[in-house]
Amino acid sequence: MAVSRLASSSSSSGSSLVKPISAALSFTSSLRRSLSSSADDSTTLTIETSLPFTSHNCDPPSRAVETSPKELMSFFREMALMRRMEIAADSLYKAKLIRGFCHLYDGQEAVAVGMEAAITKKDCIITAYRDHCTFLGRGGTLLEVFAELMGRQAGCSKGKGGSMHFYKKENGFYGGHGIVGAQIPLGCGLAFAQKYSKDETVTFASYGDGAANQGQLFEALNMAALWDLPAILVCENNHYGMGTAEWRAAKSPAYYKRGDYVPGLKVDGMDVLAVKQACKFAKEYALKNGPLILEMDTYRYHGHSMSDPGSTYRTRDEISGVRQERDPVERVRKLLTSHDIASEKELKDIEKEIRKAVDEAIAQAKESPMPEPSELFTNVYVKGYGVESFGADRKEVRARLP
Amino acid sequence: MATLLQGVGIASAFSASTSLDSKKFQLRSLSGRKAVINVVRSDASLNLNAGARKAGRLITNAVAAKGDSSTASTSSKPGHELLLFEALREGLEEEMERDPTVCVMGEDVGHYGGSYKVTKDLAKKFGDLRVLDTPIAENSFTGMGIGAAMTGLRTVVEGMNMGFLLLAFNQISNNCGMLHYTSGGQFKIPIVIRGPGGVGRQLGAEHSQRLESYFQSIPGIQMVACSTPYNAKGLMKAAIRSENPVILFEHVLLYNLKERIPDEEYVLSLEEAEMVRPGEHVTILTYSRMRYHVMQAAKTLVNKGYDPEVIDIRSLKPFDLHTIGNSIKKTHRVLIVEECMRTGGIGASLTAAINENFHDYLDAPVVCLSSQDVPTPYAGPLEEWTVVQPAQIVTAVEKLCQ
Repeated sequence: MAVSRLASSSSSSGSSLVKPISAALSFTSSLRRSLSSSADDSTTLTIETSLPFTSHNCDPPSRAVETSPKELMSFFREMALMRRMEIAADSLYKAKLIRGFCHLYDGQEAVAVGMEAAITKKDCIITAYRDHCTFLGRGGTLLEVFAELMGRQAGCSKGKGGSMHFYKKENGFYGGHGIVGAQIPLGCGLAFAQKYSKDETVTFASYGDGAANQGQLFEALNMAALWDLPAILVCENNHYGMGTAEWRAAKSPAYYKRGDYVPGLKVDGMDVLAVKQACKFAKEYALKNGPLILEMDTYRYHGHSMSDPGSTYRTRDEISGVRQERDPVERVRKLLTSHDIASEKELKDIEKEIRKAVDEAIAQAKESPMPEPSELFTNVYVKGYGVESFGADRKEVRARLP
Repeated sequence: MATLLQGVGIASAFSASTSLDSKKFQLRSLSGRKAVINVVRSDASLNLNAGARKAGRLITNAVAAKGDSSTASTSSKPGHELLLFEALREGLEEEMERDPTVCVMGEDVGHYGGSYKVTKDLAKKFGDLRVLDTPIAENSFTGMGIGAAMTGLRTVVEGMNMGFLLLAFNQISNNCGMLHYTSGGQFKIPIVIRGPGGVGRQLGAEHSQRLESYFQSIPGIQMVACSTPYNAKGLMKAAIRSENPVILFEHVLLYNLKERIPDEEYVLSLEEAEMVRPGEHVTILTYSRMRYHVMQAAKTLVNKGYDPEVIDIRSLKPFDLHTIGNSIKKTHRVLIVEECMRTGGIGASLTAAINENFHDYLDAPVVCLSSQDVPTPYAGPLEEWTVVQPAQIVTAVEKLCQ
């Protein structure tokens, strides 16, 4: 598979001279800022994405993305936070504080952050089990993430969901689903409800390249197209369905074309600005014309989950190659330093702050207690009617279902 | 393994519920419901008071005796006569008028009017979006219904035949039943999944499935089975108003039952059993179509001098062990007549529940008459032998009462 390359190799140290990062990068407005820590958010920068968009059955959006120094700083901060969070989760898993399944998103942060930048909290996002960073992007806190991963009361699902069941209803994050592909019909249902209530909002239903071969995707796509539902199906193509490479699982790995009558767009998923542009375009399109498929070409550094080393089906060279050339956080770092929005030192300071925040959140989460035994029976039904539930031992664990 | 014991929170409602004296109907106002509707306890007591006031007690009942003959209602207030599928439609229509978030989706529910005419003319009245014709994609449109319910829409998903919902088992089990729990209470799924099941007239093995036995372990859902036009309408309304996901089982052969039902609005309770015929000698528990076989056998039994008590359990999950228990305490003998297969059916669970909870009150082992553990054959006589027939019920009661 093709791995896109930046024209310049490896990291260049920031200097006060403006340096073109790649041949495609060009500026159209004045960008030279003095080295101050507060970026002026009234300026707009127009930056070109590193790769053009490829489209199927529609006109692709322009490569020139409008952004601002403030936005770029926020991208850096959020992505670095997500990266740090996932790596901390890795260590927690190895320390056996997180059990079961833990699917990490590092490498794919640009998709979550770029999507958030293009939409509001009234739009809905639903995704599969690789949901820690999407949850954070939707307004979840670090404490909720770590507490839920460790099964504590302070978690977003009160410790009863786990890694694969993060939800935040008030911010439009519908989870968090373990069964591959099952979230796609749910996502189309969310879009149906949005159309029913005439909300003028859209739903982004994310799935992976592995789930792209599920029948329910095509069933849901057919219905969404039939009724013009404002659903955007986002294929986060990290090229591996657990241990199976995409060319071994799919006859046609051009997932954005698979919608046939539904238009599609292929996006460089490691470029946060490209993701933002594509999602903005998709939202406008879906509100007028119905569903759209976005294929995000992205990559995950970790294995499929913590029980998968990630190196039996791909070479370490490939992983480090992508990390060197396409890493989303590094890309924004270079943008920031080359446009003089922030210095290397400032960015390093931000990363130190983030590290501290993550450590604090973990410490706080460790203090949070395990759920009470009575929590075993809460939330089974919405409205209980006095049913009692008890297990093998009728004395110990017995409760009325509330 | 966990079992459910129901302790319904109504005090003293059952003290003399089985005698044929004049009985007051207990009004139970459920919290959270508007006070306009009366929730009717369905006792089989004869109606005595003249008329029924809306705000007062609704004193009407209808006891469907057997077969396809129209029942002489014991209510002095004239209601209106209709067939069971029309009763379902009335319930659905009233709920759709009352609440704009109620919508229906299923195959051929819209323009065609429903394969059993339950949704006839509703699309003309409410529009194509509220009565949605879906393509043949059970997994996805059930998923869509659940996704829409997550946002607050009250969807009614119709399976053209319950057997087709096996394709949607993942959505029903994982998403419908468990999302409320795994999200820590954030999402309610007020969905109703309904459809006809059971053994019909030579429909073949795949179209004669009894899905209640497959769904009964799913935590978080409620299952009810209707058997008369009266309880069909009441249960449909209660199911739509319920915040929990409810699966409403209808029967292919019962759609043309005629009965007189009240004109006033009434809602039945989802968790209660119905006393069809009070008696002293033996408790016969049944539901859906088998109720009519039992009543037919009851006629023979009465002629032979037995006095069976017949209870239509209606609520398949959870069981109304309160009503059932009171009956067992009186008669000390139990016969379960069901249409599920012997292995793992509703009768099997009910036998286990009765043995666990009422063992001391039993004078004889619980007898469970179920269908044979075979795929339902096409040939007429063979099909008759798979299902429990009235003659077998008579024999079983005679043996039980020795």
